[in-house]
Amino acid sequence: MTVRVQEAPFDMGAEVEAFGKGLKGVGAIVTFSGIVRDEEGTLARMVIEHYAGMTEKALEKIEAEAVKRWNLAESLIIHRFGEMAPGDQIMMVATAARHRVDAFAAAEFLMDYLKSRAPFWKKEFGEDGDSWVAAKDEDEAALDRW
Amino acid sequence: MIDVLYFAWVRERIGLPKEKIETGAATVADLVEELRAREERYAVAFADLSALRVAVDQELTEFDASLEGAREVAFFPPMTGG
Repeated sequence: MTVRVQEAPFDMGAEVEAFGKGLKGVGAIVTFSGIVRDEEGTLARMVIEHYAGMTEKALEKIEAEAVKRWNLAESLIIHRFGEMAPGDQIMMVATAARHRVDAFAAAEFLMDYLKSRAPFWKKEFGEDGDSWVAAKDEDEAALDRW
Repeated sequence: MIDVLYFAWVRERIGLPKEKIETGAATVADLVEELRAREERYAVAFADLSALRVAVDQELTEFDASLEGAREVAFFPPMTGG
């Protein structure tokens, strides 16, 4: 179970390969990566702020909850902060399990929870100035299904 | 003495990321009342508590939470990770 919060970009291919190496009894790996949307070319850049210290704790708590609920062999969360351009990778999750049902469900659970329970805030800089991205009601509602 | 941290637009409205505050506030809500009374920029930032979230010692909590023994309180808008 690993959590990494970093400013630097990551190499998804290398991360997934390293993640899968040496896992025993694993039949499924699910990976997801979130990237900066270009918003039809209107977005120049995005800056992600976070609460150093709490961020790691919050992500570890979410990951521990996923491990309790599903039969996972391994999991990984990488989330970046700082300045990013459209198309850049913001974050990734990977889950490994004996069967794909656990790997898919746990990956979705991690995504739903880290959207609204990990202390990150996105600010978009575009043609019309800059603005903080508002949390969506549906992000909060997404937690109800778990 | 308690460390009070602000993030995202709360930080921008108040104009600083962190400050030490001497307070006898029993709860987060009491601390918010003290801050509101300080200066207009605090009153503006804390105008609508439904738009804010709070963490005490890096754990999400509610505005009626006790500050007994707390070292760090953080105020911020709803989170937008992922």
